[in-house]
Amino acid sequence: MSNQDFALLAHLMRRAGFGATRDELEAYAAQGYTATVDELLNPGDPEVMPDDIIRRYHVDQSELRQLDGAGANWLYRMITTKCPLEEKIALFWHGLFATGYSKLNQARALLNQIDMFRNHGLGRFDNLLVELSKDPAMLLWLDNTDNHNGAINENYGRELLELFSMGIGNYTEDDIKECSRAFTGWTLGNAEYMAVRASKDSIWPYSRIAWHFQFRDWDHDDGEKTFLGETGNFNGEDIIGIIARQQATARFVCTRLFQFFAADEVDGDSKQVIEAMMQSYFDSGYEIRAVLRTLFLSDYFTSEEARYARVKGPVELLVGAIRQAGSYRSPTLGVHQLAYQGFFMGQGLLQPPSVEGWHEGMEWIDSGSLVERVNFVAQELSSLDKPGVRAIIDRLAGENGGTLTPGQLVDQCLDLLGPVAVEDDTRTALVDFAAAGGGALNLSGHQPGDDAEQRVSNVLRVIASTREYQLA
Amino acid sequence: MASQRDKKLVVIQLSGGNDCLDTVVPYNNGLYYDFRPTVHIAPDAVLPINDHFGFHPSMGAIKNLWDEGKVAIINGIGYPNPNRSHFRSLDIWHTAEPDKIGTEGWLGRVIRELDPKGENVLTGINFGRGLPRALGLRGVPVASVGNLDTYGLFPDLQDEALKQSALATFTKMYGGAAGRDVVFDYLGQTGADVLKGADVLRQAPAQYASTVSYPDNPVAHNLKAIAQVLLADIGTRIYYTTHASFDTHSGELPTHAQLWEHVDSSVGSFMDDLKLHDRLDDTVIYIFSEFGRRVRDNGSGSDHGSGGVAFVIGDSVQGGMYGEYPSLEEKDQLEGDLHFNNDFRCTYATLLEQWMGLESAPIVNGHFEQFDFLKPAAA
Repeated sequence: MSNQDFALLAHLMRRAGFGATRDELEAYAAQGYTATVDELLNPGDPEVMPDDIIRRYHVDQSELRQLDGAGANWLYRMITTKCPLEEKIALFWHGLFATGYSKLNQARALLNQIDMFRNHGLGRFDNLLVELSKDPAMLLWLDNTDNHNGAINENYGRELLELFSMGIGNYTEDDIKECSRAFTGWTLGNAEYMAVRASKDSIWPYSRIAWHFQFRDWDHDDGEKTFLGETGNFNGEDIIGIIARQQATARFVCTRLFQFFAADEVDGDSKQVIEAMMQSYFDSGYEIRAVLRTLFLSDYFTSEEARYARVKGPVELLVGAIRQAGSYRSPTLGVHQLAYQGFFMGQGLLQPPSVEGWHEGMEWIDSGSLVERVNFVAQELSSLDKPGVRAIIDRLAGENGGTLTPGQLVDQCLDLLGPVAVEDDTRTALVDFAAAGGGALNLSGHQPGDDAEQRVSNVLRVIASTREYQLA
Repeated sequence: MASQRDKKLVVIQLSGGNDCLDTVVPYNNGLYYDFRPTVHIAPDAVLPINDHFGFHPSMGAIKNLWDEGKVAIINGIGYPNPNRSHFRSLDIWHTAEPDKIGTEGWLGRVIRELDPKGENVLTGINFGRGLPRALGLRGVPVASVGNLDTYGLFPDLQDEALKQSALATFTKMYGGAAGRDVVFDYLGQTGADVLKGADVLRQAPAQYASTVSYPDNPVAHNLKAIAQVLLADIGTRIYYTTHASFDTHSGELPTHAQLWEHVDSSVGSFMDDLKLHDRLDDTVIYIFSEFGRRVRDNGSGSDHGSGGVAFVIGDSVQGGMYGEYPSLEEKDQLEGDLHFNNDFRCTYATLLEQWMGLESAPIVNGHFEQFDFLKPAAA
């Protein structure tokens, strides 16, 4: 297997998943790139820790209606899943259809929404929008519970068009009103009571209660509506049907997918890929799976140009480092701290700053977040007790009879942590650092935590702190 | 770099919803004891402010500062259509935006005004982990200092020589490959900012000398760090820290007493420290919480309410009671809560205009009437 193959698969896994260990890359490489893409796009059994085990060993996740336990629960799933794209696409939709705890005070409803993204996130976009429009967390988040026959609340109707499907400039204010009329009566069971409970953040007297969708036909405006030039007695499903077949929708959705999975910035070369993705969107009947397949198999995505063209989001960075280090694979006390860790880096799961989601790309980085990002990954990937770090050391010990020059040590570590491609300046600094720790490194007969292993740990730490490692 | 005499604002956030009724206690009001059969402060326990109100017994240091005329109590502070969710209500206080979901922190905007080019990465500092939304604003660098003694990169490295070697390598790596692309350059610049900020901050504890001792609790550690940074004169204008959790649904009396004991003793030490260094004139402390609590107790604690209390403390403050103490009459309550009578943005506007010398309207999203809790000469 060539290093080029590993580099391409590592790139795919950083985008379609949360990175990969060398063992995982070898398994993917054995089946080939296209088969790996198809496996990712058609998730099977994620082999995650069953809920009963989580409930038994994790008191911190026993109250999933609260934010930190719920965030940790999702992170756990990202860390342990065998189907990383299922979680990655959920993270994508969570950023796009950004729904937050602040107004709901009911994290269980948010986890249910995330589960809906797992189930529908790679399927037909129109189905996804219908599910979203019935999602209890969304119904409260954007006030569709206050959207009544004869007294519309436009909040959901507006964001559905502006932030969730077409983007501004592709519809009129009248379209928003007509769209909102079509979603009247789409509400929660016992909506008024639930809304009061959510706004008061009260668990009394019945604790936080599960929410479910309810269609109230008596509160639904069944009158004639004109939406995007079409006229009829539209219900919400009809509106979504019209939205899904718009060119603007295809462009919006494909562009957002491109930015999340391929490159933060859309430039000249990427336009062609986005066009091809849009074609797949229509050819497949709005299948997100087909759109992503087109992207992942495109010349653009597989070229060098697309590598490291994204700043890792905090959750990607966090989960990626943990998966690489192999920690938290079994019940681990303190896992709920990870949810805070993401927040410290600027991305608290289930609590996006607003319905617009997070500002991504370069905006993830400021002096405060960079300190948190570097310190977390540097510590995680230099801990000699982590299984993933031990696996790296074992592989290193098997190279060249366990003797490595500073240059070899750096190159091997870069390879096993990715491969991570670094600038010449970066590599020079890394080799100087490795050399300052002593000349050639001899790992033969190494013992956990001894000086030889410590030198590897130091090099891993400094590689983890590079700019290159901050990019996906 | 700002001059030594620039005005500084220290913000202490009491997270969870501080029970204002048990903080500034209406100890001569029978309704208080009627609504609070359990969770009350007895008349002979309060530290009297006047014939009607007294401080919680844990607030001895603040009471002394009150006696010296250095404490403004802002009663009945809040905002229209109170939200009783911690998160949402904090967002409202943080973004000065009660009606829609705001994304720009009010203090982030202040920092941008104070240092438009972002020349000093330490103009605003949060003392604690993560960034409160009050300080968050795109393009405005703010440091979050969990521990001043280890702040910066690789705090877990014990071996000092190794740490210096790793930091030197970081400097080389982040300084290299100039011009590769915008993102890489930006990461490089931010990395340099981090190192610069850490270097400057590291001087603060080294330069600091004081005979004032601080108590041993989290908010005291943070206020001591604030004193160290403030006295180091590195141009920091906004200091932020948080103490929690005031969410006293149950077992309120002992918990609330301990929380205020922590805040009070820390504020007392901090003010002593500034006094010792003759620096009381350029600093004001502002203490707030996202809401007060329900008028009626629940037998053990109290539930989320609305109108609350805030404090402004400093030598430049005209001590006194501001706002109106909300009526406890059932007819005057708002769904069982105290009714707010002054918008928190009035207090923000006062601090911004009269203390920081900034135009408040663009920062707090509108024009708000100002208080006169600052001495006229202070501006």
